[in-house]
Amino acid sequence: MTVSLSFDPIRLPPECEALRTEVRAFLAEEIAAGTFDPHHPGQGDSYNRAFSRRVGAKGWIGMTWPKQYGGRERSQLERYVVTEEFRVANAPANLHFVADRQSGPILLKYAPEHVKIDILPRICRGDLCFAIGMSEPGSGSDLFAAKTKATKIDGGWRINGSKIWTTGAQIADYMLALFRTSPPTKENRRHGLTQFLVDMKTPGIAVNPIYQMTGKPGFNEVVFADAFVPDDHVLGEIDGAWKQATSELAYERSGPERFLDTFYVLPELIRALGPEPDLRGAEGLGRLVAQLHTLRRMSVSVAGMLQAGKEPVVEGSIVKDLGTVWEQKLPGRVRDLAAFLKPERVNHTALGDQLAFAAVIAPKLTIQGGTTEILRGIIARGLGLR
Amino acid sequence: MPGERDHIVAETAARILADFADPLTINKAKDDAWKEPLWQALSNAGLPLAWLPDALGGSGVSLAEGFAILGVAGRFALPAPLAETLAAAWLLTRARLEAPPGPMTLAPCRPHDRITLSADGRLSGRATGVPFAQDCRHIAVLADGSKHKVIALADIKDCRLSEGRNLAGDAANVVTFERVTPRRTAPAPDGFDESSLMLMGSAIRSVETAGALEAILSLSVAYANERVAFERPIGKFQAVQQNLARLAGEVAAALAVSGSAADAIAQADTFDEAVFLEAASAKIRTAEAAAEGSAIAHQVLGAIGFTQEHVLHRFTLRMLSWRDDFGNESYWAAELGRHVARRGAGEFWPLVASR
Repeated sequence: MTVSLSFDPIRLPPECEALRTEVRAFLAEEIAAGTFDPHHPGQGDSYNRAFSRRVGAKGWIGMTWPKQYGGRERSQLERYVVTEEFRVANAPANLHFVADRQSGPILLKYAPEHVKIDILPRICRGDLCFAIGMSEPGSGSDLFAAKTKATKIDGGWRINGSKIWTTGAQIADYMLALFRTSPPTKENRRHGLTQFLVDMKTPGIAVNPIYQMTGKPGFNEVVFADAFVPDDHVLGEIDGAWKQATSELAYERSGPERFLDTFYVLPELIRALGPEPDLRGAEGLGRLVAQLHTLRRMSVSVAGMLQAGKEPVVEGSIVKDLGTVWEQKLPGRVRDLAAFLKPERVNHTALGDQLAFAAVIAPKLTIQGGTTEILRGIIARGLGLR
Repeated sequence: MPGERDHIVAETAARILADFADPLTINKAKDDAWKEPLWQALSNAGLPLAWLPDALGGSGVSLAEGFAILGVAGRFALPAPLAETLAAAWLLTRARLEAPPGPMTLAPCRPHDRITLSADGRLSGRATGVPFAQDCRHIAVLADGSKHKVIALADIKDCRLSEGRNLAGDAANVVTFERVTPRRTAPAPDGFDESSLMLMGSAIRSVETAGALEAILSLSVAYANERVAFERPIGKFQAVQQNLARLAGEVAAALAVSGSAADAIAQADTFDEAVFLEAASAKIRTAEAAAEGSAIAHQVLGAIGFTQEHVLHRFTLRMLSWRDDFGNESYWAAELGRHVARRGAGEFWPLVASR
C-alpha cells in the first residue's frame, strides 16, 4: 500500500487579508483601551465576557455558520485568520473559543432545530461559554471507558457520576458531555456512549475547582447527582457517540492554536537578539522561523481542505502532533539562545516573565485535546498499521 | 496548486522511471547499462528540458509541472542528473540562452563559490560539490562579469574536474574553470544573483527530498506490516507505530513546506523576500526531516535496511547528501535569522502571516 499524505499549498484569498487588517485594528484598540496586555500572557482574566461580546458584535464568533443561526457564512480560511491573529496577540478569547471551535459545529450537526435556534445565536453574540465533558476519574485518554451514567426516565435522562479536568466548567453555561447510556458490547467497546448538551445551571450539578501547577484554577471536577437532562438535549445517535467523534477531530486538532500557544517568546527573543545577532542567535532563530513557517503552511493547508469539504483526519492529527511538540519545546530553545546575551541588551523582565510562564504551561500542551500518544495512534491507524 | 497538467507530466515521469529507473533494478545492476535507455526515454518525453521554453528548444512546461517531475524523481531516488538538467536549463532561460541536448549540470552549487567572467570572455573560479559533473557534457554557469552577473554555457571537457562522490555514490565534483571559453554567454536579469540560484536549487532539493521521504514512509509501513517478530507483524507494536507516526509527521512537514516553496517560486516574478522565506525554510525543514526521517526508517527496517541489497539506502543517503547542495540548513538558518532580526520583532508575525 502506498501511503498518501496531502498538503496542497493553499494561499489565503484576498478577502482574508482585508479581514486581517480589520482584526488587527480591533485588537490594537482593545490593547490601547487596556483590555489585555499582549506581552504578558497569563496576566488578567482569559475569560472576559465583555470582550467576547465585542468580538461577537464584530461577527467573528461562529462566523462560518449559517446566517439563520447567527453565523456569517464566511469561510474556514477567514475564521483561520481571526483565530491566528487573536492567538498571536494573546487576546482573552477563552470564553467563546471552545464553543466557536467545536461545540457549535457539533450542535449544528446533531442538535434539534429549536435547540439550534435557541443556542447558536447566543454563542455568536459571545454570550455563552462551553466546556467539554470527556475525561473522568477513571477515563482520560481512554475516552470509551467513561462511566458517568445517563439513565432513561420520563421526558429525559438522569445523570450520575463525575467528569474531571474540565477546563472552564467554573464559568461555562453549557457542557457537551459523553455519558454512558448502555454497557459496551463484546464486539464494540466503544458502543454505549451518547453525547448530551448539558445546561450547567441544572440542579444536581456541582463544580469543584482543581488548581493547576501554575497556581491558578482552570481544571474542575464536575459532579452529577441526579441531574436531569431533557430528551431534546441528546445529540445524535443514542449509544453511538463514537461514530460522531472522529469527524470533528480535524477541526479541533489542526488550528493555529495548536502551535502558537507559546509564540510570544519568539518576538521577545528577536527583540533581545537585536538587529545584528551573533551567529548562534541567528542560526537558532532561523531554524525556529523555518519550523514555524512550515507548521503554519501545514495548518493553512488543512483549513483549505476543511473548507473544500474534506475530512483530513490524519493530516489534522499530524499538525497537532508536530505543532504541540514544537510549541512545547520553543520556550526551552529561546532560553538556550538567550543564555549568553549581554544583560544590558535583554529586557529581562519581559523575556524572563514570558519564559517563566511558558515553562510552566508547556507540559499541558501535548496533553490537552488528545495526547501525543493518542494522536500518533490515530496517525498509525491512518497509515494502515492498526 | 497542482493542476491537471501537473498530474499528466508527473504521471509520465513516474511511468518512465518505473520502467527505466526502478530502484530495486538499479540496485542490482552490475553496470551502467540502464543509464542510456533511461535518458533516452526521459528525453523523448521532453522531461530534462521541461523548463526550457519551446522557442529555445525545450518543452516549455510550467514551473509547477517541473516541480511535480522533481517530486517523482525524489520518490525514485533517481541517480541521474534530471534535476540538474532541469535547473541548468532554467538558469540558461534566465538569459534566453539555448540549451544543448544531453544531461547538464550547473555551477555554483554552494553559496560561497564564485566564478568570474573576464573582459576577454574567459571563465575562472572553482565550484565545489557540483552534482553529476563528470556524467554531463555541459554546464550552465552563473558568473560575475565585469559590470553585472552573466549566465554562460560551457563544455565540461574544458574544465578541470576532481573525482568525488556524495554519500549515495553519485558523482559530485569540484569543477575548476581556468580561463575557460564558454560556448555562449548573456547577461543575467537585473537582481538575479548567486542567492537567487541557491534559492531555486534549495527549492528543487526540498521537493526531491519530500518525494524521497514519501517513498521511505511507504516502504517502512509496508515492511512493518510484513515483518513478523515476537509472533506479530512489528507494525502492531506501539513503539514501532509511534516511530512511524513521527516519520509521517516529518514527511508531512517536508511535503507542505517544499510544496509551498515550489508554489511561491511558480507564482513569483522575482526572487523577493517571500521566495527567500519560503525556499530557505523549505531547505532548512526538509533537511531536518531528511535526518530525522532517515533515522526512523533505518530503525524500523533494522539490519536488512543497512544492507547493500536493500533499496532503503538509495533514498536515505541521497536525502542526506542533498542537504549540502545549494546551502545547507545551517547556512540558510543563519541567513533567515539575520533577515528576521534585521526586520525587528514587530515585523516578524506580519512576515510569517504574509505567506
